[in-house]
Amino acid sequence: MATTETCGDESLYPIAVLIDELRNEDVQLRLNSIKKLSTIALALGVDRTRSELIPFLADTIYDEDEVLLALAEQLGNFTPLVGGPEFVHCLLAPLESLATVEETVVRDKAVESLRTISAQHSVADLEAHFVPLVKRLASGDWFTSRTSACGLFSVCYPRVSATIRSDLRSHFRSLCQDDTPMVRRAAASKLGELAKVVEPEYLKSDIIPMFVNLAQDEQDSVRLLAVEACVSIASLLPQDDTEQLLMPTLRQCAEDKSWRVRYMVADKFTDLQKAVGPEITKTDLVPAFQSLLKDCEAEVRAAAANKVKEFCQSLDPSVQEAVIMNSILPCVKELVADPNQHVKSALASVIMGLSPILGKNNTIEHLLPLFLSQLKDECPEVRLNIISNLDCVNEVIGIQQLSQSLLPAIVELAEDTKWRVRLAIIEYMPLLAGQLGVEFFDEKLNALCMTWLVDHVFAIREAATLNLKKLVQKFGAEWAENTVIPKVVAMSRDPNYLHRMTCLFCINVLADVCGQDITLKHLLPTVTQMASDGVANVRFNVAKTLQKIGPVLDRSTMTALLAPVLEKLKDDQDVDVRYFANEAITVLSLNQ
Amino acid sequence: MMDTIQQQDPPRHEYLFAQLMEPPRSHPQLDAKVVCTDVHDSGECLDSSMISTFELSGAGDFLAVGDRGGKITIYKEDNLTKRTKFTEHLVFQSHDPEFDYLKSLEIEEKINQIKWVPRSYQDRFLLSANDKTVKLWKVGEMMTRSVENLKDINANNPNHLVLPRVTRGKSQPVASFRRAYSNAHAYHINSISVNTDQETFLSSDDLRINMWNLEVNKESFVAVDMKPENMEDLTEVITSASFHPTQCNVFGYSSSKGLTRMCDMRVAVVCDNKNSKVFQDVPDNRGYFSEVITSIGSLQFSNSGRYVATRDFMNVKIWDLTMERTPVQVIPVHEHLSSKLGELYENDSIFDKFGLSWSKHDEYISTGSYDGLVCLAQRNSNRSSLFAISRDVSKNQVLKPKTVVSGPAEKRHTVSVEALDLDRKVGLVTWGNDNLLFAAVNSSMYVLNVK
Repeated sequence: MATTETCGDESLYPIAVLIDELRNEDVQLRLNSIKKLSTIALALGVDRTRSELIPFLADTIYDEDEVLLALAEQLGNFTPLVGGPEFVHCLLAPLESLATVEETVVRDKAVESLRTISAQHSVADLEAHFVPLVKRLASGDWFTSRTSACGLFSVCYPRVSATIRSDLRSHFRSLCQDDTPMVRRAAASKLGELAKVVEPEYLKSDIIPMFVNLAQDEQDSVRLLAVEACVSIASLLPQDDTEQLLMPTLRQCAEDKSWRVRYMVADKFTDLQKAVGPEITKTDLVPAFQSLLKDCEAEVRAAAANKVKEFCQSLDPSVQEAVIMNSILPCVKELVADPNQHVKSALASVIMGLSPILGKNNTIEHLLPLFLSQLKDECPEVRLNIISNLDCVNEVIGIQQLSQSLLPAIVELAEDTKWRVRLAIIEYMPLLAGQLGVEFFDEKLNALCMTWLVDHVFAIREAATLNLKKLVQKFGAEWAENTVIPKVVAMSRDPNYLHRMTCLFCINVLADVCGQDITLKHLLPTVTQMASDGVANVRFNVAKTLQKIGPVLDRSTMTALLAPVLEKLKDDQDVDVRYFANEAITVLSLNQ
Repeated sequence: MMDTIQQQDPPRHEYLFAQLMEPPRSHPQLDAKVVCTDVHDSGECLDSSMISTFELSGAGDFLAVGDRGGKITIYKEDNLTKRTKFTEHLVFQSHDPEFDYLKSLEIEEKINQIKWVPRSYQDRFLLSANDKTVKLWKVGEMMTRSVENLKDINANNPNHLVLPRVTRGKSQPVASFRRAYSNAHAYHINSISVNTDQETFLSSDDLRINMWNLEVNKESFVAVDMKPENMEDLTEVITSASFHPTQCNVFGYSSSKGLTRMCDMRVAVVCDNKNSKVFQDVPDNRGYFSEVITSIGSLQFSNSGRYVATRDFMNVKIWDLTMERTPVQVIPVHEHLSSKLGELYENDSIFDKFGLSWSKHDEYISTGSYDGLVCLAQRNSNRSSLFAISRDVSKNQVLKPKTVVSGPAEKRHTVSVEALDLDRKVGLVTWGNDNLLFAAVNSSMYVLNVK
């Protein structure tokens, strides 16, 4: 109240409007008001916010989803506005209703806000207000409230008394056995975080049986979520217990009849590996990984193939090489010739990572033949993935071993009919140039880089100019002067105006990296000469280019050489040319 | 899609031969009393008000009826009186006619199928599909509210902020649009079915079955793709598809070749012939039309999940899911039409599809026929009867079984096969609670009670 009275008419008017619009017919206005709820609450003061605004908002629950979503989000940050932690529990009522609505995004946001404000509750308030809310939701009539409840256990569990904890555990247990699969899915996905806060003795007596049940659920969609929980639980248990309590179930999951469950195991495989430790990895996970790599479903093989490098890296060093050579590599060899291209490309994106682990000799003997055959793969994605990871191999065996096969692969990708493939290979050019060295590059690849400048797809020409910049950054200005610039300059006389424009785009990016000398000597004359081009598009791009290269030059050169050209363009017959000339003059401050 | 099959013209002598073949056998009549308890007739006979599909909710208390005009009418069970009665609850427009500018195709608004999503929230949800698009609708109540304290902020002293007060009024039924699942079907959608995981559903057209997540309408996954590389190699189209009533990983679909396939989604992402069970009966009659009349119009799992029933033009066949070789029961429905196949072919009626339904405890199976006839058959016995529904049937009238005879209808309760009205087709039948049987003819909905 105090706040209200001290405010004058002027400042209160907009707030009165906001309050009125909370109930406006127009959804957009209501939404707008809800988003400024904190302003309203501030004006009302903490007492009236608690006694009037919050109960009023509880009625808003029957609104459009987007309004509810905004409300759920706002309430998560409302604690100071209702008078701090002491009164935070008054926010529970509207959030509880929001946590039961049908729209998932609203419910999730309400749960997120409830989780946030739970931390601001005192232990007494948590037990008196928050826990009863969790229990109410957990035994609600509809699945919506029960799914929401699942996400609230782990935030209040650590802070409440032992009796309440046991009560919470039993509520969670019944959620795990709920009739509707939606609730069991929610419980399975939150089981991991609950496991982390439960005391070790209850972890074994309560959580693990829940996990085992969920992992044997009749619904595939529930079982696959249990795999995630398994990772969290395994990381909490000592190795003996993991072996005894979890592994039987996990083995079942890895061999589940449903490919979706096996896919999940493959997808979480390295997390599992970290959680169960080196010993179980050696005895159980290695064979499981082998069978996932050989799975009959391509999706599963692709997911497992993605994990090859990370799995091998994290193997215990004492057995690492032996396991890779004897168990993993044979499967990898088969995958290189997999009938499914997603599997092959997943493997290609990680396979190079094996070479630092295996060292020079093994790489040459075992991996190199695989790389070479992948470089000849019919699917461009496989070849691209190999090329993009060349650096790993370069460090181990040097690129010379590969360069013979590399070149045809690069040339083929560079001339692929799909422009997206060409774009992808251009993006790897600077990397390749760095790996292959300037001589090899000049000899074999330079010509390619220049052909891209006259590609018929703009995106390729654009990428090619950026590529030139990166190459110059790598090889230096002198290299640019000798190899790139003559070709770029030659393009300024091309009969096709699009190519003349590309010439200007190249200059835009090259001026900066080449420095003043080269710019003055080669680039600027080319640009000024193009100022009298017959095509207006070229002329206004001259103005734009001058604006870009101006800062590279010192002030006096700029005034001497750029100003006359721009002055001339300023009076051009074309309106766009005049516009960009004026803009350049202003930006470069040549008009003083 | 049926064009491929229609191409050949039947040689005359073939169907003359078919006419001579076995006269309709008489089989024992069903021992049941059928009472017509309710008739819902829109009164109009406009094409747009013709019922195209209907579906009863899982609990049997809501009935959604879709018509050719894209409209859905929802009836609610009224338990106030002693006898169960369905009263109109809500009407809404689900689909509108559209035009696909890319393919220069008109898309009809006709509702092809409706499925209720198993109830798990106070509001109910249903999926409705026309030829191309599936939509999710929420059927719930909306509270009317009145807002007080909305005073003119300019007039009074704005120094004192006043919150509006909301009072809740009566609630009224309302259907609100939630989501559309579109652009995933190149051909006409013939079935939709919700999975028991209550998270996914399938939609099937002539050549493809797509899997959707109910919450995601941006992407769907292809579960079955029958499209051959070259459309000239096309020999078979999908006619109907359904999820298993209890196992989340099994779905079945039927085809124009008379095959029913059961797919286990656990085995592979794409369910092709390699990993599905094929149920195919050896046709006993290799007549000229056998190719056409073996096409399965619809399939329906029994409520127990152990059997699947398929309906082709002539028969209902019941299969045990563990035995692909041969059906465990064949219920003849259109024996009396075997002499008329040539005529039916000529007026295209031979391509008509009829739905079928299992009663709540799987003891009866019923399906539709022509001239308002509903076939009611007992599972595990060879008893079946035809009952006729029509505008002449009054409420609470006991229906007598009808017999279709090849000659003129002289006796009571007989109908001459020549007099059958092919336009009055019972396309769909559905069993509800308490042995209620719902059937639709043109624009009228009939509720029968089988005792």
